[in-house]
Amino acid sequence: MNLLTLFLSALLINNVILSKFIGMCPFLGVSTKLSSAVGMGLAVIFVVFGASVLSWALYYYALVPLGLEYMKLICFILLIAAFVQFVEMFIKKTSPSLYKSLGIYLPLITTNCAVLYVALDNITQGYTLVETMVNSIAVPAGFMLVLLIFATIRERLATADVPEAWKGNPIAFVVAAIMAIAFSAFAGLV
Amino acid sequence: MSESNTKKRGFWSEMIYNNPVFGLYLGICSTLAITTTLNNAIGMGVAVIVVLTISNIVISLIAPLTPDEIHIPVYIVVIATLVTVVGMIMHAFTPELYSTLGTFIDLIVVNCIILGRAEAYACSHNVGESARDGLMMGLSYTFSLLAMSLIRQILGSGVLELSNPMTNQVLFSLRLIPAGFEIPVFTTQTGAFLTFAMLAAGVAAIKNSDEKKAAAAAKAKADAAKAAAKAATASAAKAKEAA
Repeated sequence: MNLLTLFLSALLINNVILSKFIGMCPFLGVSTKLSSAVGMGLAVIFVVFGASVLSWALYYYALVPLGLEYMKLICFILLIAAFVQFVEMFIKKTSPSLYKSLGIYLPLITTNCAVLYVALDNITQGYTLVETMVNSIAVPAGFMLVLLIFATIRERLATADVPEAWKGNPIAFVVAAIMAIAFSAFAGLV
Repeated sequence: MSESNTKKRGFWSEMIYNNPVFGLYLGICSTLAITTTLNNAIGMGVAVIVVLTISNIVISLIAPLTPDEIHIPVYIVVIATLVTVVGMIMHAFTPELYSTLGTFIDLIVVNCIILGRAEAYACSHNVGESARDGLMMGLSYTFSLLAMSLIRQILGSGVLELSNPMTNQVLFSLRLIPAGFEIPVFTTQTGAFLTFAMLAAGVAAIKNSDEKKAAAAAKAKADAAKAAAKAATASAAKAKEAA
Protein backbone atom coordinates (compact mmCIF):
# COMPACT_ATOMS: atom_id res chain seq x y z
CA MET A 1 0.00 0.00 0.00
CA ASN A 2 1.12 3.49 -0.80
CA LEU A 3 2.43 5.02 2.42
CA LEU A 4 0.98 8.46 1.68
CA THR A 5 -2.45 6.94 1.09
CA LEU A 6 -2.15 5.06 4.33
CA PHE A 7 -1.13 8.23 6.17
CA LEU A 8 -3.95 10.36 4.77
CA SER A 9 -6.64 7.78 5.26
CA ALA A 10 -5.63 7.17 8.87
CA LEU A 11 -5.31 10.91 9.52
CA LEU A 12 -8.49 12.22 7.90
CA ILE A 13 -10.79 9.63 6.34
CA ASN A 14 -10.77 7.02 9.06
CA ASN A 15 -10.18 9.62 11.73
CA VAL A 16 -9.79 7.88 15.04
CA ILE A 17 -12.30 10.03 16.91
CA LEU A 18 -14.87 11.07 14.34
CA SER A 19 -15.06 7.86 12.37
CA LYS A 20 -13.88 5.10 14.73
CA PHE A 21 -15.05 6.62 18.03
CA ILE A 22 -11.82 5.69 19.77
CA GLY A 23 -10.33 7.82 22.54
CA MET A 24 -13.55 9.60 23.47
CA CYS A 25 -12.75 9.95 27.18
CA PRO A 26 -9.69 12.22 26.83
CA PHE A 27 -11.44 13.88 23.90
CA LEU A 28 -14.17 15.09 26.24
CA GLY A 29 -11.96 15.45 29.30
CA VAL A 30 -9.15 17.67 28.07
CA SER A 31 -10.80 19.53 25.21
CA THR A 32 -12.05 22.42 27.32
CA LYS A 33 -8.75 24.31 27.09
CA LEU A 34 -6.50 24.67 24.06
CA SER A 35 -3.25 24.43 26.05
CA SER A 36 -4.18 21.12 27.67
CA ALA A 37 -5.36 19.80 24.30
CA VAL A 38 -1.90 20.48 22.84
CA GLY A 39 -0.22 18.72 25.77
CA MET A 40 -2.49 15.70 25.57
CA GLY A 41 -2.13 15.48 21.78
CA LEU A 42 1.66 15.47 21.91
CA ALA A 43 1.71 12.93 24.72
CA VAL A 44 -0.64 10.64 22.78
CA ILE A 45 1.45 10.84 19.60
CA PHE A 46 4.57 9.92 21.53
CA VAL A 47 3.04 7.06 23.51
CA VAL A 48 1.05 5.56 20.63
CA PHE A 49 4.10 5.53 18.38
CA GLY A 50 6.37 3.96 20.98
CA ALA A 51 3.84 1.45 22.25
CA SER A 52 2.71 0.36 18.78
CA VAL A 53 6.20 -0.25 17.47
CA LEU A 54 7.10 -2.18 20.63
CA SER A 55 3.88 -4.20 20.40
CA TRP A 56 4.59 -4.99 16.77
CA ALA A 57 8.05 -6.24 17.67
CA LEU A 58 6.72 -8.21 20.63
CA TYR A 59 4.08 -9.88 18.46
CA TYR A 60 6.29 -10.87 15.54
CA TYR A 61 9.47 -11.66 17.46
CA ALA A 62 8.06 -13.28 20.60
CA LEU A 63 4.41 -14.28 20.37
CA VAL A 64 4.36 -15.70 16.82
CA PRO A 65 7.48 -17.89 17.20
CA LEU A 66 6.09 -19.22 20.49
CA GLY A 67 2.62 -19.80 19.03
CA LEU A 68 1.03 -17.52 21.65
CA GLU A 69 -0.90 -15.20 19.31
CA TYR A 70 -4.02 -15.47 21.47
CA MET A 71 -2.11 -13.84 24.35
CA LYS A 72 -1.69 -10.58 22.41
CA LEU A 73 -4.38 -8.67 24.30
CA ILE A 74 -2.88 -9.38 27.73
CA CYS A 75 0.69 -8.79 26.54
CA PHE A 76 -0.12 -5.53 24.74
CA ILE A 77 -2.02 -4.00 27.63
CA LEU A 78 0.79 -4.82 30.04
CA LEU A 79 3.36 -3.48 27.59
CA ILE A 80 1.41 -0.24 27.22
CA ALA A 81 1.03 0.20 30.98
CA ALA A 82 4.73 -0.48 31.52
CA PHE A 83 5.75 1.79 28.66
CA VAL A 84 3.68 4.69 29.95
CA GLN A 85 5.13 4.22 33.43
CA PHE A 86 8.65 4.13 32.00
CA VAL A 87 8.14 7.23 29.86
CA GLU A 88 6.75 9.07 32.87
CA MET A 89 9.79 8.20 34.97
CA PHE A 90 12.18 9.01 32.13
CA ILE A 91 10.68 12.44 31.44
CA LYS A 92 10.56 13.22 35.14
CA LYS A 93 14.30 12.56 35.48
CA THR A 94 15.52 14.16 32.24
CA SER A 95 13.26 17.12 31.64
CA PRO A 96 11.30 18.50 34.58
CA SER A 97 9.79 21.28 32.46
CA LEU A 98 8.43 18.80 29.89
CA TYR A 99 7.18 16.67 32.76
CA LYS A 100 5.33 19.65 34.14
CA SER A 101 3.48 20.20 30.87
CA LEU A 102 2.93 16.57 29.83
CA GLY A 103 3.18 14.72 33.11
CA ILE A 104 -0.43 14.88 34.20
CA TYR A 105 -1.62 13.49 30.87
CA LEU A 106 0.62 10.45 30.87
CA PRO A 107 -1.19 8.32 33.48
CA LEU A 108 -4.46 9.08 31.67
CA ILE A 109 -3.08 7.61 28.47
CA THR A 110 -2.96 4.04 29.78
CA THR A 111 -6.73 4.02 29.74
CA ASN A 112 -6.90 5.76 26.36
CA CYS A 113 -8.27 3.10 24.08
CA ALA A 114 -6.50 4.69 21.10
CA VAL A 115 -3.18 3.20 22.25
CA LEU A 116 -4.47 -0.36 22.45
CA TYR A 117 -6.53 0.15 19.30
CA VAL A 118 -3.55 1.18 17.17
CA ALA A 119 -1.41 -1.65 18.56
CA LEU A 120 -4.10 -4.23 17.74
CA ASP A 121 -5.02 -2.64 14.41
CA ASN A 122 -1.43 -2.87 13.13
CA ILE A 123 -1.54 -6.62 13.74
CA THR A 124 -5.06 -7.21 12.33
CA GLN A 125 -4.23 -5.29 9.15
CA GLY A 126 -0.98 -7.23 8.77
CA TYR A 127 1.14 -4.09 8.41
CA THR A 128 4.90 -4.27 7.94
CA LEU A 129 7.19 -2.38 10.31
CA VAL A 130 7.30 0.71 8.05
CA GLU A 131 3.53 0.72 7.58
CA THR A 132 3.12 0.26 11.33
CA MET A 133 5.29 3.31 11.96
CA VAL A 134 3.35 5.43 9.46
CA ASN A 135 0.00 4.28 10.84
CA SER A 136 1.11 4.86 14.43
CA ILE A 137 1.99 8.48 13.63
CA ALA A 138 -1.05 9.19 11.46
CA VAL A 139 -3.70 7.91 13.86
CA PRO A 140 -2.62 9.95 16.92
CA ALA A 141 -1.95 12.94 14.65
CA GLY A 142 -5.58 12.69 13.54
CA PHE A 143 -6.54 12.50 17.21
CA MET A 144 -4.58 15.67 17.95
CA LEU A 145 -5.96 17.50 14.91
CA VAL A 146 -9.58 16.88 15.91
CA LEU A 147 -8.78 17.57 19.57
CA LEU A 148 -7.32 20.99 18.68
CA ILE A 149 -10.23 22.00 16.42
CA PHE A 150 -12.65 20.80 19.06
CA ALA A 151 -10.87 22.65 21.89
CA THR A 152 -11.03 25.97 20.03
CA ILE A 153 -14.74 25.49 19.40
CA ARG A 154 -15.36 24.54 23.03
CA GLU A 155 -13.53 27.65 24.28
CA ARG A 156 -16.06 29.70 22.34
CA LEU A 157 -18.88 27.44 23.47
CA ALA A 158 -18.10 28.17 27.12
CA THR A 159 -19.52 31.67 26.77
CA ALA A 160 -22.46 30.67 24.54
CA ASP A 161 -26.00 30.60 25.86
CA VAL A 162 -26.81 26.90 25.88
CA PRO A 163 -30.06 25.44 27.31
CA GLU A 164 -29.56 24.12 30.86
CA ALA A 165 -29.80 20.40 30.04
CA TRP A 166 -27.45 20.65 27.05
CA LYS A 167 -24.65 22.40 28.98
CA GLY A 168 -21.26 20.67 29.04
CA ASN A 169 -20.99 17.35 27.33
CA PRO A 170 -24.31 17.05 25.42
CA ILE A 171 -23.63 20.19 23.38
CA ALA A 172 -20.07 18.97 22.84
CA PHE A 173 -21.51 15.86 21.20
CA VAL A 174 -23.59 18.02 18.86
CA VAL A 175 -20.41 19.84 17.88
CA ALA A 176 -18.75 16.48 17.29
CA ALA A 177 -21.68 15.43 15.09
CA ILE A 178 -21.25 18.51 12.91
CA MET A 179 -17.49 17.92 12.73
CA ALA A 180 -18.17 14.33 11.69
CA ILE A 181 -20.24 15.64 8.76
CA ALA A 182 -17.36 17.92 7.78
CA PHE A 183 -14.82 15.11 7.99
CA SER A 184 -17.01 12.74 5.98
CA ALA A 185 -16.27 15.02 3.03
CA PHE A 186 -12.69 13.67 3.06
CA ALA A 187 -14.03 10.24 2.04
CA GLY A 188 -13.43 10.89 -1.67
CA LEU A 189 -9.88 12.13 -1.12
CA VAL A 190 -8.03 8.87 -1.67
CA MET B 1 -24.64 7.61 44.84
CA SER B 2 -24.72 6.38 48.40
CA GLU B 3 -26.06 2.93 49.21
CA SER B 4 -29.31 4.05 50.83
CA ASN B 5 -30.07 6.34 47.92
CA THR B 6 -29.75 3.62 45.32
CA LYS B 7 -31.85 1.26 47.40
CA LYS B 8 -34.59 3.83 47.89
CA ARG B 9 -34.85 4.50 44.18
CA GLY B 10 -36.44 1.95 41.91
CA PHE B 11 -34.71 -0.18 39.31
CA TRP B 12 -35.46 2.20 36.45
CA SER B 13 -34.41 5.38 38.16
CA GLU B 14 -31.18 3.66 39.13
CA MET B 15 -30.68 2.92 35.45
CA ILE B 16 -31.00 6.64 34.76
CA TYR B 17 -29.27 8.13 37.81
CA ASN B 18 -26.29 5.82 37.96
CA ASN B 19 -26.19 5.35 34.25
CA PRO B 20 -22.48 4.97 33.52
CA VAL B 21 -22.82 6.08 29.90
CA PHE B 22 -25.15 9.07 29.82
CA GLY B 23 -24.64 10.17 33.43
CA LEU B 24 -20.94 9.61 34.02
CA TYR B 25 -19.66 9.48 30.41
CA LEU B 26 -17.86 6.16 30.84
CA GLY B 27 -17.54 3.58 28.09
CA ILE B 28 -18.60 6.02 25.39
CA CYS B 29 -16.41 4.67 22.59
CA SER B 30 -18.20 1.35 22.24
CA THR B 31 -21.60 2.95 22.84
CA LEU B 32 -21.11 5.22 19.86
CA ALA B 33 -19.44 2.69 17.61
CA ILE B 34 -21.44 -0.51 17.77
CA THR B 35 -25.01 0.69 18.27
CA THR B 36 -26.00 0.60 14.59
CA THR B 37 -28.20 -2.46 15.09
CA LEU B 38 -30.07 -4.03 17.99
CA ASN B 39 -28.17 -7.28 17.53
CA ASN B 40 -24.78 -5.63 18.00
CA ALA B 41 -26.03 -3.80 21.08
CA ILE B 42 -27.29 -7.00 22.71
CA GLY B 43 -24.11 -8.91 21.85
CA MET B 44 -21.86 -6.19 23.23
CA GLY B 45 -24.08 -5.73 26.28
CA VAL B 46 -23.99 -9.41 27.17
CA ALA B 47 -20.21 -9.54 26.70
CA VAL B 48 -19.74 -6.56 29.02
CA ILE B 49 -22.17 -7.93 31.64
CA VAL B 50 -20.25 -11.23 31.73
CA VAL B 51 -16.82 -9.59 31.91
CA LEU B 52 -17.88 -6.97 34.45
CA THR B 53 -19.64 -9.40 36.80
CA ILE B 54 -16.85 -11.98 36.78
CA SER B 55 -14.12 -9.34 37.05
CA ASN B 56 -15.91 -7.75 40.02
CA ILE B 57 -16.16 -11.17 41.72
CA VAL B 58 -12.53 -12.09 41.05
CA ILE B 59 -11.21 -8.68 42.06
CA SER B 60 -13.20 -8.58 45.30
CA LEU B 61 -11.65 -11.98 46.11
CA ILE B 62 -8.04 -11.07 45.30
CA ALA B 63 -8.09 -7.44 46.46
CA PRO B 64 -7.00 -8.24 50.07
CA LEU B 65 -4.02 -10.22 48.73
CA THR B 66 -2.89 -7.64 46.19
CA PRO B 67 -0.07 -5.24 47.15
CA ASP B 68 -1.25 -1.68 46.79
CA GLU B 69 1.48 -0.50 44.40
CA ILE B 70 0.67 -2.98 41.66
CA HIS B 71 -3.09 -3.28 42.01
CA ILE B 72 -3.89 -1.62 38.66
CA PRO B 73 -1.71 -3.95 36.54
CA VAL B 74 -3.15 -6.94 38.43
CA TYR B 75 -6.73 -5.82 37.78
CA ILE B 76 -5.95 -5.15 34.12
CA VAL B 77 -4.52 -8.65 33.69
CA VAL B 78 -7.65 -10.15 35.28
CA ILE B 79 -9.87 -8.11 32.96
CA ALA B 80 -7.76 -8.82 29.86
CA THR B 81 -7.87 -12.55 30.58
CA LEU B 82 -11.66 -12.47 30.89
CA VAL B 83 -12.00 -10.47 27.70
CA THR B 84 -9.77 -12.92 25.83
CA VAL B 85 -11.95 -15.81 27.05
CA VAL B 86 -15.21 -14.05 26.13
CA GLY B 87 -13.74 -13.13 22.72
CA MET B 88 -12.77 -16.74 22.05
CA ILE B 89 -16.25 -17.97 23.02
CA MET B 90 -17.89 -15.41 20.76
CA HIS B 91 -15.53 -16.25 17.93
CA ALA B 92 -16.52 -19.90 18.22
CA PHE B 93 -20.29 -19.63 18.68
CA THR B 94 -21.29 -16.31 17.10
CA PRO B 95 -18.66 -15.72 14.37
CA GLU B 96 -20.83 -13.24 12.46
CA LEU B 97 -21.35 -11.03 15.54
CA TYR B 98 -17.67 -11.35 16.46
CA SER B 99 -16.58 -10.02 13.09
CA THR B 100 -19.00 -7.06 13.13
CA LEU B 101 -18.06 -6.03 16.66
CA GLY B 102 -14.42 -6.49 15.67
CA THR B 103 -11.81 -4.73 17.76
CA PHE B 104 -14.45 -3.44 20.14
CA ILE B 105 -14.54 -6.84 21.83
CA ASP B 106 -10.83 -6.50 22.57
CA LEU B 107 -11.29 -2.89 23.59
CA ILE B 108 -13.60 -3.98 26.46
CA VAL B 109 -10.27 -4.19 28.34
CA VAL B 110 -9.94 -0.42 28.31
CA ASN B 111 -13.64 0.23 28.83
CA CYS B 112 -13.49 2.64 31.77
CA ILE B 113 -16.61 1.16 33.38
CA ILE B 114 -14.88 -2.13 34.18
CA LEU B 115 -11.66 -0.79 35.69
CA GLY B 116 -13.70 1.99 37.27
CA ARG B 117 -15.99 -0.43 39.12
CA ALA B 118 -13.01 -2.55 40.15
CA GLU B 119 -11.31 0.50 41.65
CA ALA B 120 -14.36 2.18 43.12
CA TYR B 121 -16.40 -0.76 44.34
CA ALA B 122 -15.16 -4.34 43.98
CA CYS B 123 -11.85 -3.87 45.82
CA SER B 124 -13.59 -2.74 49.01
CA HIS B 125 -16.78 -4.85 49.06
CA ASN B 126 -17.53 -8.54 49.54
CA VAL B 127 -18.18 -11.02 46.74
CA GLY B 128 -21.98 -10.90 46.79
CA GLU B 129 -22.19 -7.09 46.75
CA SER B 130 -19.55 -6.86 44.03
CA ALA B 131 -21.36 -9.40 41.85
CA ARG B 132 -24.60 -7.46 42.27
CA ASP B 133 -22.86 -4.18 41.46
CA GLY B 134 -21.25 -5.69 38.35
CA LEU B 135 -24.56 -7.05 37.17
CA MET B 136 -26.38 -3.76 37.75
CA MET B 137 -23.68 -1.66 36.07
CA GLY B 138 -23.57 -4.10 33.16
CA LEU B 139 -27.34 -3.95 32.84
CA SER B 140 -27.45 -0.18 32.83
CA TYR B 141 -24.67 -0.11 30.23
CA THR B 142 -26.70 -2.56 28.11
CA PHE B 143 -29.79 -0.42 28.70
CA SER B 144 -27.92 2.58 27.22
CA LEU B 145 -26.78 0.51 24.25
CA LEU B 146 -30.35 -0.64 23.65
CA ALA B 147 -31.72 2.90 23.81
CA MET B 148 -29.09 4.13 21.34
CA SER B 149 -29.48 1.23 18.94
CA LEU B 150 -33.29 1.31 18.97
CA ILE B 151 -33.30 4.98 17.98
CA ARG B 152 -30.56 4.58 15.40
CA GLN B 153 -31.90 1.41 13.81
CA ILE B 154 -35.52 2.53 13.61
CA LEU B 155 -34.79 6.03 12.32
CA GLY B 156 -31.85 4.99 10.15
CA SER B 157 -33.18 1.87 8.43
CA GLY B 158 -36.88 2.01 9.29
CA VAL B 159 -36.87 -1.66 10.27
CA LEU B 160 -36.75 -3.15 13.73
CA GLU B 161 -34.97 -6.45 13.30
CA LEU B 162 -33.57 -9.09 15.59
CA SER B 163 -31.76 -12.24 14.52
CA ASN B 164 -30.31 -15.28 16.22
CA PRO B 165 -26.57 -14.64 16.60
CA MET B 166 -25.75 -18.36 16.41
CA THR B 167 -27.45 -19.08 13.10
CA ASN B 168 -28.10 -15.61 11.64
CA GLN B 169 -31.72 -16.55 11.24
CA VAL B 170 -34.01 -13.53 11.36
CA LEU B 171 -36.25 -13.93 14.39
CA PHE B 172 -38.25 -10.79 14.20
CA SER B 173 -38.56 -8.03 11.62
CA LEU B 174 -40.96 -5.13 11.63
CA ARG B 175 -41.00 -2.15 9.28
CA LEU B 176 -41.94 0.93 11.26
CA ILE B 177 -41.07 3.65 8.75
CA PRO B 178 -42.09 3.13 5.11
CA ALA B 179 -39.24 2.59 2.66
CA GLY B 180 -37.92 5.87 1.30
CA PHE B 181 -38.75 7.81 4.47
CA GLU B 182 -35.94 6.57 6.68
CA ILE B 183 -33.17 8.97 7.75
CA PRO B 184 -29.92 7.21 6.79
CA VAL B 185 -27.75 9.75 8.62
CA PHE B 186 -28.64 7.95 11.87
CA THR B 187 -26.67 4.90 10.79
CA THR B 188 -23.55 7.04 10.23
CA GLN B 189 -21.08 8.49 12.72
CA THR B 190 -22.94 11.80 12.74
CA GLY B 191 -26.12 10.02 13.80
CA ALA B 192 -24.27 8.30 16.61
CA PHE B 193 -23.05 11.62 18.02
CA LEU B 194 -26.47 13.25 17.63
CA THR B 195 -28.38 10.38 19.26
CA PHE B 196 -25.89 10.35 22.12
CA ALA B 197 -26.22 14.12 22.58
CA MET B 198 -30.02 13.88 22.75
CA LEU B 199 -30.02 11.02 25.25
CA ALA B 200 -27.36 12.66 27.42
CA ALA B 201 -29.32 15.91 27.42
CA GLY B 202 -32.46 13.97 28.35
CA VAL B 203 -30.74 12.36 31.33
CA ALA B 204 -29.33 15.75 32.38
CA ALA B 205 -32.80 17.31 32.10
CA ILE B 206 -34.35 14.62 34.34
CA LYS B 207 -31.56 15.05 36.88
CA ASN B 208 -31.86 18.86 36.79
CA SER B 209 -35.61 18.87 37.34
CA ASP B 210 -35.30 16.37 40.19
CA GLU B 211 -32.55 18.44 41.78
CA LYS B 212 -34.72 21.55 41.52
CA LYS B 213 -37.62 19.70 43.11
CA ALA B 214 -35.37 18.45 45.91
CA ALA B 215 -33.95 21.95 46.43
CA ALA B 216 -37.45 23.44 46.52
CA ALA B 217 -38.58 20.80 49.02
CA ALA B 218 -35.51 21.45 51.19
CA LYS B 219 -36.14 25.19 51.01
CA ALA B 220 -39.80 24.77 51.97
CA LYS B 221 -38.73 22.60 54.89
CA ALA B 222 -36.13 25.18 55.99
CA ASP B 223 -38.70 27.99 55.67
CA ALA B 224 -41.18 26.03 57.76
CA ALA B 225 -38.51 25.40 60.39
CA LYS B 226 -37.58 29.10 60.39
CA ALA B 227 -41.21 30.11 60.75
CA ALA B 228 -41.66 27.66 63.58
CA ALA B 229 -38.53 28.99 65.30
CA LYS B 230 -39.78 32.56 64.84
CA ALA B 231 -43.16 31.63 66.26
CA ALA B 232 -41.47 29.94 69.20
CA THR B 233 -39.29 32.97 69.98
CA ALA B 234 -42.30 35.25 69.55
CA SER B 235 -44.38 33.22 71.93
CA ALA B 236 -41.46 33.05 74.36
CA ALA B 237 -41.13 36.81 74.19
CA LYS B 238 -44.87 37.14 74.75
CA ALA B 239 -44.66 34.82 77.72
CA LYS B 240 -41.80 36.94 79.10
CA GLU B 241 -43.83 40.08 78.60
CA ALA B 242 -46.79 38.54 80.31
CA ALA B 243 -44.57 37.56 83.22
